[in-house]
Amino acid sequence: MMVENLIWGYVYPNEVEIQWSVLIVLYPYITGLVAGAFIASSLYHVFGKKEIKPVARFALLTALSFLLVATMPLLTHLGHPERGIEIMFTPHLTSAMSGFGYIYSFYLIVVVLEIWLSFREDIVKTALGSQGWKKLLYSGLALFSYDVSEKALHEDEKLAKKLAIIGIPSAAFLHGYVGFIFGGIKANPWWSTPLMPLIFLMSAIVSGIALLILLYIASMKLRKHAIDHKCLHSLAHYLWIFLILDVTLELLEIVSMKYASLEDIEIINRLLSEKIAFTFYGVQLTLGIFIPFILLLLVGIMKNRETLKMIMISVSSIFVVIGVFAMRWNVVIGGQEISKSLSGTLTYVPVFFSQEGVLPAIIILVIPFVILVVVTRILPPWKDMEEEVPESKTKSTIKHLY
Amino acid sequence: MNISRREFTKIGCRVIIGAAAGTAIVESIVSNGIAAEPSSTGDYDWNEHYWGYVIDTRKCIGCGRCANACKLENDVPFDEPVYRTWVERYRVLKEGEVKIDSPNGSIDGFTDDIPAEELKKAFYVPKICNHCENPPCVQVCPVGATYATNDGVVLVDYDYCIGCRYCIQGCPYGARYFNSKKGTADKCTWCYHRITKGLLPACVQACPVGARVFGDMKDPDSDVNKILDKERINVLKPDLGTKPKVYYVGLDREVK
Ligand code: SF4
Ligand code: SF4
Repeated sequence: MMVENLIWGYVYPNEVEIQWSVLIVLYPYITGLVAGAFIASSLYHVFGKKEIKPVARFALLTALSFLLVATMPLLTHLGHPERGIEIMFTPHLTSAMSGFGYIYSFYLIVVVLEIWLSFREDIVKTALGSQGWKKLLYSGLALFSYDVSEKALHEDEKLAKKLAIIGIPSAAFLHGYVGFIFGGIKANPWWSTPLMPLIFLMSAIVSGIALLILLYIASMKLRKHAIDHKCLHSLAHYLWIFLILDVTLELLEIVSMKYASLEDIEIINRLLSEKIAFTFYGVQLTLGIFIPFILLLLVGIMKNRETLKMIMISVSSIFVVIGVFAMRWNVVIGGQEISKSLSGTLTYVPVFFSQEGVLPAIIILVIPFVILVVVTRILPPWKDMEEEVPESKTKSTIKHLY
Repeated sequence: MNISRREFTKIGCRVIIGAAAGTAIVESIVSNGIAAEPSSTGDYDWNEHYWGYVIDTRKCIGCGRCANACKLENDVPFDEPVYRTWVERYRVLKEGEVKIDSPNGSIDGFTDDIPAEELKKAFYVPKICNHCENPPCVQVCPVGATYATNDGVVLVDYDYCIGCRYCIQGCPYGARYFNSKKGTADKCTWCYHRITKGLLPACVQACPVGARVFGDMKDPDSDVNKILDKERINVLKPDLGTKPKVYYVGLDREVK
C-alpha cells in the first residue's frame, strides 16, 4: 500500500492519518502577520517613532484585513463548524485553545477602535464634504459625531495611544498564546517547550514587518509614487533586530534539545535530518533568517544606492515571509510527522482539492489582500505616505539608522 | 410412609435451596462475562464504582480477537485505519534491533516474516485508552466535550464535540481517532454501555487467554484488585503524569 512507504519504523495505528493539515499551518501564520503588523504600527503610535508614521495607519488596516480571516482556517477545519461558537459560550478553561474566542474578539475590538480613532478626522471630513450614499456611509462610520476640533483630535490621539498600549500586550498575547497551543502539548516532544510562545511571537513580529514592507513598496509602485526611504530603512532596521531575537530563540531551542538529549532525541534528530531537513535548515533558517540578516546588514552599511537597497530589502522581506511560513509548517506538520511512540515517522502529503487541502488554503491567503484593497478604498491611508518629503531630501537622513 | 408435615417442609426447603444453588452455579459459569454484581439498567450508580483495567503482557498471544471484537461491538469502521484497541508486537533481534509492528491493529493476526532463529525475544502488548486519572485529552478540549465520569471512564460527548482534534494531539498514547462519520473525536469507552449493565468490555470478554482483566477498583475482591495487590505492575509513560488506569504486568522497557 502507498501509505506504508510513507511510514518509517512504528507509528501508533491511529496516527496514520495526520489530523492538522496545511490549514492549521495557516492559522498561526495569519495571526502572526496580524500581530507583527500591529506591533509595527505601534512603533509609531506608542513609541513615537516618527519614521514609521507613513505606514502606521496602513499597518493597522493590514492587521485588520488579516485578522478578519484568522478564524477561517480553523472553522474550515472543524468537524462541526456550526458548533464552533461553543468555544465562546462554554469555554473549558483548562484548555489552551478555549481562550481563543475571547482573545480574538478582544483584539478585534482593539484594532477596530484604533483604526477608527486614527482615521476619524478623515472620516468626518469626507462625511461633511460628500453627498448621498457616500455621506451616509461616512457619517455612519463617524458615528454621527463630527467634532474635529483641535482639542477633540488631541483627545483621540491620547486615547489611540492608550489603546495601542493595551494593543501591544494583546497582540503579544494573541500570538504567544497560539504558540502555547502547541507548546502545552506534553505528548509531543517537538512541540512541548516553554520557549514556543516566545518563538512564535518573535517570528510573528518578523513576518508582520516584512509583509508591511512588501505591501508598502508594492502599493507605492502601483500608485506610482516615490518611496520614503527613511521609513523603509527604519522598518528594515526593526526587521533586522527582531530577526536576531528570533534566530536566537530558535537556535536556543534546538541546541538545548540536542544538549539535554532526552529519550526523544533520536526521533527529533531523525525529524530534523530526514523529514524536515530542507524546510528547517534550508528554508526556515538559511533562506528565512541568515540571508535576510546579511542583506539587511549590508543595507545598513551601504551608502546611497537607494534602488539597490530597496531591492535588497524587498528580497529580504520576501525571504522572511517565506521563511516564517516554513517555520509554521515545521512546527505544525513536523510535529505530526513523528510518532508519539517515539519509534517511527510518517509523511504528510497535502491534497489539493479537499476541505483541508491546498486550494482552500490558497483562497484563505488571498482573501486578506482583497479585504485590504476594499478597506483602503474606504479609509485611504495614502496621504500619510505621499505627503512626505520628496526623494531628494531623504537621502541625507538615512545614514544614521544602523 | 408417614411423613410429618414438618419434615415435608424441611425436604421441600432443601430442594428449593439446592435448586437455587444449582442455578447460581450454572449462572456463574454462563456469565463469566460479568464485571460486578449484575444490576439492571436503572439502578447503576456511578459513585459506587471506579473501574480499572489490567493487561498481562505475558499471557497475550497476539490473536487480535480483542481488536476485532471491539470494532464489531462499537461500530468502528473496518475499512479505516482507526482503532479503539490494538495489539503491538515487539521483536528483539539477535543483533539488537527492536522491530515493532501492529498490522491493521492486529485484527488479522500477525505473520512470521522474521525466522525464529534470528530473534532474541518477542512479545505482544495490547494497547487501549488508559482512561487516565489525569487525562491530558480532557485538559485540552476547548469546549469540555471530552470528560471523565465519576466511575473513572473518559468519554466524548458526540453531540457537543466541535471536531477540532486537539485531544487527539494531546493524548500521548495514540488512543484517539477522528470519526469521519460523526465529525468528532472518538475513542475507547471501556464499553460503557456494557459495564454499566454489569457486563465486561467486549475486548476483555473476547480474549481467549485472560490477558485482559477488567474490574472495579472500589471492590477489594475484584479481579483487578487481586492482580494489583499481588503483581508488580507498571503503566505506560508514567513520567508524563497522566496516571493511567490500565495497569501492565510484565511490561518491557521497549514499550512506549
Ligand atoms: S489514554 Fe489518551 S485518550 Fe485515553 S484518557 Fe489517557 S489521554 Fe485520554
Ligand atoms: S475534537 Fe472534540 S473532544 Fe476533542 S478537543 Fe476538540 S472538541 Fe474536544
